[in-house]
Amino acid sequence: MTVISDIIIVFLLLAGAFLSLVAAFGVIRLPDVYTRNHAASKSATLGVMFILLGTFIFFLAKDGFFSSRLLLGIAFFFITAPVAGHLISRAAYNSGVKMWDKSVRDDLKNKK
Amino acid sequence: MSFQILLNVFLAFLWMFFQMSFSARTFIIGYLLGLIVMIGMRRFFRHRFYLHRVWAVIYLFFLFLFELIKANIDVLKLVLRPKLNMRPGIFALETELKSDWEITLLSNLITLTPGTLVIDVSDDNKTLYIHAIDIGEVSEAVDSIKNSFEKAIMEVSRG
Repeated sequence: MTVISDIIIVFLLLAGAFLSLVAAFGVIRLPDVYTRNHAASKSATLGVMFILLGTFIFFLAKDGFFSSRLLLGIAFFFITAPVAGHLISRAAYNSGVKMWDKSVRDDLKNKK
Repeated sequence: MSFQILLNVFLAFLWMFFQMSFSARTFIIGYLLGLIVMIGMRRFFRHRFYLHRVWAVIYLFFLFLFELIKANIDVLKLVLRPKLNMRPGIFALETELKSDWEITLLSNLITLTPGTLVIDVSDDNKTLYIHAIDIGEVSEAVDSIKNSFEKAIMEVSRG
């Protein structure tokens, strides 16, 4: 039983760290604000959720301690992260940040 | 829906008073018995039986999680690929959803879907402007969003 929980914990923590790393890479590599926002808002969300879940299972399996705060943290992150991504890209668009030159179409330009 | 849940809780309390034992176990048994009674009487309710909606919410939640994991695999492939050959752009999506919370839920779902990010909602709440990281077939993306997410949200909000 402890072996199984250990494997799950290690997997969750490493996957979370890896996803956060990929998010950071994406922020460096991708060309403009909007595409960077894709990487930041998706990968970082799941990465942090994985790490929090791994911590939760660790304390549950080792000490038998049910930390409801970690679960609440996961829930809040799940709800607020996409909203943050949306607000940042909307603010960027409204203040006239250009998209990457290889962008193919822009329906928002002729918004009603 | 909230009326039906309240009624079910009330029936569970009724069962507790009949049994004269006020424990969580009696409450759960009373709740299940009340559920059976309410299924039998469901044609007297004005709305659907509430378990349908509870089930729809659970389905939506798992759809959310599944899409989030798929989106991450997509971003992973995109970022770690040696050459950036993507074609980003913004497309408009007409939505049939009406109330504010439905549109909020839909845009959150779209933001966590592979390759899409909501940038703006039009003032009349009818169009979502979505930034896609790779516009291949816009109509295809619109269709898939409409068929999966919009339907799942409508299933929750249907009276």
